[in-house]
Amino acid sequence: MDPVIWFFLLGVVAGLFRSELRLPPAVYDLLSVLLLLTIGLKGGVELARQPLGGVLPQAAAVLMMGFVLPLFIFPVARYLGRFKRADAASLAAHYGSVSVATYAVAVAYLGTKAVTFDPQLPVFLVMLEIPALIAGILFARGIKKDTRWGALAHELFLGKSIVLLVGGLAIGWLAGPEGIVSLEPLFFDLFKGVLALFLLEMGLIAASQARSLRDHGLFLVAFGILMPIPLACVGALLGWSLGLSVGGTALLATLAGSASYIAAPAAMRIAVPDANPTLSLTGSLGVTFPFNIFIGIPLYLSIAHWLHRAGS
Amino acid sequence: MKPNNRKLLTVVTESVLEQILCDELMELGASGYTVVNARGRGSRTVREAGWDTNSNIRIEVVCESDTADRIIEHLRERYYENYAMILYIADVAVLRPEKF
Repeated sequence: MDPVIWFFLLGVVAGLFRSELRLPPAVYDLLSVLLLLTIGLKGGVELARQPLGGVLPQAAAVLMMGFVLPLFIFPVARYLGRFKRADAASLAAHYGSVSVATYAVAVAYLGTKAVTFDPQLPVFLVMLEIPALIAGILFARGIKKDTRWGALAHELFLGKSIVLLVGGLAIGWLAGPEGIVSLEPLFFDLFKGVLALFLLEMGLIAASQARSLRDHGLFLVAFGILMPIPLACVGALLGWSLGLSVGGTALLATLAGSASYIAAPAAMRIAVPDANPTLSLTGSLGVTFPFNIFIGIPLYLSIAHWLHRAGS
Repeated sequence: MKPNNRKLLTVVTESVLEQILCDELMELGASGYTVVNARGRGSRTVREAGWDTNSNIRIEVVCESDTADRIIEHLRERYYENYAMILYIADVAVLRPEKF
C-alpha cells in the first residue's frame, strides 16, 4: 500500500479521538492549490509533446459521460434510498462529479505500480467536474425562472479547482517540457509530500463526519460503497473504448467512481438550498473517499487490466 | 433620533453565501460591510472554520434603520428557511454619520 494513505488513516484516528491536531486553514488551502496546479501542469507538459487534435473528440465523449452518470445515480437515491427529491439530486451531483484528491491518490498509486497513463487525463478531470452539477440542479428544480444562473455559472466555472486546473494545463502546455524544469522541484518533486499532508487533513475532516454517519444510517454507507463500482465500470469501459492505456483507463474509472466534496457542496448549497448538505458530504467524504483510496483504486486498476486483456 | 445614531446589523451565516449576500446588501442600500470568518455552534450543529464548505462568516453592516429593515425583510424571506442564519440588530452611535 502506498504510504501516503497511512497519513489519511493517521488523520482519521486523530480526529476520532479528538486530538488537537489541526492544519491551519491557510495551509490546507495552499496544499490544495499545489495539488491542483501540479496535476494541471503535469498534464499540460505532456500534452505539449503531442498534437491536440485527437484529444478533443475524447474530451467531448468524457463530457457526455459527465451528464449521463447522474441519470443512473438519481433514481437509485430517489427510489431505492427514498431520499427526497432535493437530496437525491444533490447526491447525483456529488457522485457524478469528481474528486481531485481521489485522482491524486490514484496517480500516486499508479506511480508505485510503475503504470504509465495518458497525458490527457487532467483534461478529462476538468471535463467531468461541472456536467453532473448542472444535471443535479436540473433534477432538483427543473428550469425555473428564479434560478440565479449568473451567480451559479460564476460558482461553477470560476471555482478554485477549475481555474487552477485549466491555468496549470495552459501554463504547462505553453512552457513545455524544457520551460517547466525550474518549477519541477516545487510542483513535481514534492507531489507525494504535499499529498501526504493533504490526506492528513482529509482524514481529520472525514473523521468529523463520523457522527452524521450514525444519524444517516446504513443506506448511505451502502450507497457510498456500492455506487462507485458501477460508475467506475462505465468510466473504465469508456476509457477502454477511447483507446486509453491501462493506466488511463484506470484513472478514468477512478474519476467516474469518485465523488466530489468541494465543488459540489458549494454549488448545491447555492442552487439547491433545500437539500441537506451533510447528507451528501457524509456520503462522499465519510464513505466513498476512504472506500476509493483503500479498495476502489486497486480494484479499478484490476478492472482496467482485465478489460485490456479481454479486449486484445 | 439623533443624527449620528445608526443600526448595527449582524448576520452570522454560511460562508458559501458570502459573495451573493454582500452584493445584495449593497443593492439594498448599505454603504459598506465588514466580513469576518466565524465558528461556533447553533441549531444546525457545530460549524467549524477548518475548511471552506463548512465554515461560517459574520457580516456587519452599519446603516440607517429603514435600510436595516429592508435587509432584514429580504434575508428573512430568502434565506431563513434553508440556511443556517442568525441575525441581530443593535443601536450604535457613529462618529462620522455622513459615511453611513
